[in-house]
Amino acid sequence: MDLITPGLGLVFWSVITFLILLLVLKKFAWKPILGAVDERETGIKNALEAADKARKEMENLKADNERILNEARAEREAMLKDARDIKNKMVSDAKEEAQQQATKMIAQAQEAIENEKRSAMAELKSHVASLSIEIAEKVVRQELGNKDKQLELVESMLSDAKLN
Amino acid sequence: MCTFARNLEQGIFKLFIMTLNTLRAVLFLVFSVAVTNFGFASQDNEDQDKGFNAKEMIMHHVKDAHEFHIVDWDNKPISIPLPVILFTDNGLTTFMSSEFHHDDSGSTIVEKNGERFVKYHEKIYQLESGVDTLTFDEELHPTNAKLPLDFSITKNVFMMWVSVLVILLIFISAARKYKKSNNFMPKGVASFVEPLVVFIRDEVAIPMIGEKKYRKYMPFLLSVFFFIWVNNIFGLIPILNGANVSGNIAFTVSLALFTFIITIFSGNKNYWKHIFWMPGVPVPMKIFLMPIEIVGMFVKPISLTIRLFANITAGHIIILSLMSLIFIFESVAIAPVSVGFSLFILIIEIVVTAIQAYIFTVLSALYIGTATEEEHH
Repeated sequence: MDLITPGLGLVFWSVITFLILLLVLKKFAWKPILGAVDERETGIKNALEAADKARKEMENLKADNERILNEARAEREAMLKDARDIKNKMVSDAKEEAQQQATKMIAQAQEAIENEKRSAMAELKSHVASLSIEIAEKVVRQELGNKDKQLELVESMLSDAKLN
Repeated sequence: MCTFARNLEQGIFKLFIMTLNTLRAVLFLVFSVAVTNFGFASQDNEDQDKGFNAKEMIMHHVKDAHEFHIVDWDNKPISIPLPVILFTDNGLTTFMSSEFHHDDSGSTIVEKNGERFVKYHEKIYQLESGVDTLTFDEELHPTNAKLPLDFSITKNVFMMWVSVLVILLIFISAARKYKKSNNFMPKGVASFVEPLVVFIRDEVAIPMIGEKKYRKYMPFLLSVFFFIWVNNIFGLIPILNGANVSGNIAFTVSLALFTFIITIFSGNKNYWKHIFWMPGVPVPMKIFLMPIEIVGMFVKPISLTIRLFANITAGHIIILSLMSLIFIFESVAIAPVSVGFSLFILIIEIVVTAIQAYIFTVLSALYIGTATEEEHH
């Protein structure tokens, strides 16, 4: 029966001892230990979060880089295309201009040739005319050396006029 | 999936404890029957040849004492005397237990302030005036003496204080290690202590009480766990085996009292409503449940008290009974069997020291958890 009857003295000392143990441990052991564990766990959590964030940022950065690179590439393409276009245009423009110039020059040349031709013709005509007159003069001089022939001519001319 | 694994783990653990407890119970039953029979058998012969009395020896080891008996040398007991503190009708009386000269039969009288005391079966009686020897009734209770209030520093109190010193040494030095390290990394003894502390926090306090409120109860749970565990272990060390602190009902009742008081004071509206006016059941049922719940409130700490006391005491009794077999049979041939069996039990007991401390802590946390649980319907 003694075994299962709690003795007052031991209950008293147990309560006092445990109370003191609890208070001392709470202040000098559990608080620092749990505090340190907590602190470390939050530290680890924060570090993990930071690493995660950094990784995400890295990914963003990488994506940005990719995008910028792509943009640059596209821009280069566009610039090259533009340059090519401009070159082509310039070439075609030049060609056209040259063509025009050539046409114009040809036209001018033709005109000049025409003019020359014309003036040459005129000169030729006047030459021919003066030559003809000279010849005619010489012929007439020879023809109209006698009076009969002069009269014959006048006669024929008059007959022509009569007919009209 | 995670919760499933956790449940499975807990299930296996529970099964393991149950198997252990069943095994212990069976062994305890067998040996206690054997020892009681032998004990009685030898008791009958005691008067003639002063033979070995297993029951007396075991009870002497399991119960508290006023002096710390270490060993008998040359038929003289060697023991550490401890202070005796008594409150009699005339007030405080103190003296050292060595004044009884190791007498436990009530024949040595210690006289202080005109009061006379004798020690009989580890209890100190105050003799009535004019009486020189104790007289007994049929059940061997002294009739001419009374029991003063005994606040002596007994063997158990002494060992309890030793355990407190050890606990303080371990945990305060562990806490110091954290202060020294600059990144809160555990070093030295702290790396041994920390997993246990984190275990109590993650496996006991948080699941039982909840993430929000567990912090407040951590110091109690940790203190009670390590106090019980260390005292359980001390109870198993042969030289200190005389002190059976955690196997003493006074010790376990004190700790259960703490759990009870904490539960009562942290009980919220929801908890009291569940005790006095159970929600969600018809009125006759509410009236029927009220006394059951009120009894349940007190049964919880009582079950804590008895579980720890019975488990630890049973373990001690089994080991001592096995050892007694050698002296009961008075044969060396039985020694290997005895030693083998008690070694086996001792190994189980080592596991039990931790398990019982764990169970006490878990159940305390569970009771606190139910008291602080928020309404959820």
